Amino acid sequence: MIIARVVGNVIATQKHASHEGKKILLIQPLDLDGNPWGDVVVALDAVDAGVGDRVLAVQEGFSAMTSVGQPESPIDAAVVGVIDLVELL
Amino acid sequence: MYLGKVIGRIVCTIKDSSLESRTLLLVRRLPKGPVVVAVDAVGAGAGETVYVCRGKEASFAFLPDEVPTEATIVAIVDQVERQLP
Repeated sequence: MIIARVVGNVIATQKHASHEGKKILLIQPLDLDGNPWGDVVVALDAVDAGVGDRVLAVQEGFSAMTSVGQPESPIDAAVVGVIDLVELL
Repeated sequence: MYLGKVIGRIVCTIKDSSLESRTLLLVRRLPKGPVVVAVDAVGAGAGETVYVCRGKEASFAFLPDEVPTEATIVAIVDQVERQLP
């Protein structure tokens, strides 16, 4: 799983049936200092996250499909948590 | 999944039988990433912004057909609302 920031919404009318009714988010991966790394990722929302939220995201098919309740569908990334606090020990 | 732009198509006469009648499109990852060949699941065309599912999950778009693809166009993007940095 990765830490990411929700930076946008994607609107798509014509899409695979398994993505219908789901919020599609653009997320920017963050490092532990909160700096962005890598390219933005398109992820389906499983927890009603919104733009500006720091979130926990999965980039693996089974976890992504399970979290949005769509088994065996073309989904490889999902937002599975909204992060309140990251504490380094 | 990631955003991409359709920049071309590929025609193969000889291909895996499960790829027959599928459209193979060239997609450049946005903003300026590499180009991949993706199988189209939604009827995308040249110049359109799309998003691409990658990995094993890409083939699930065509179930119950088992299509050997590792990248599939799963949506045509109408609009991206991007927060300003």
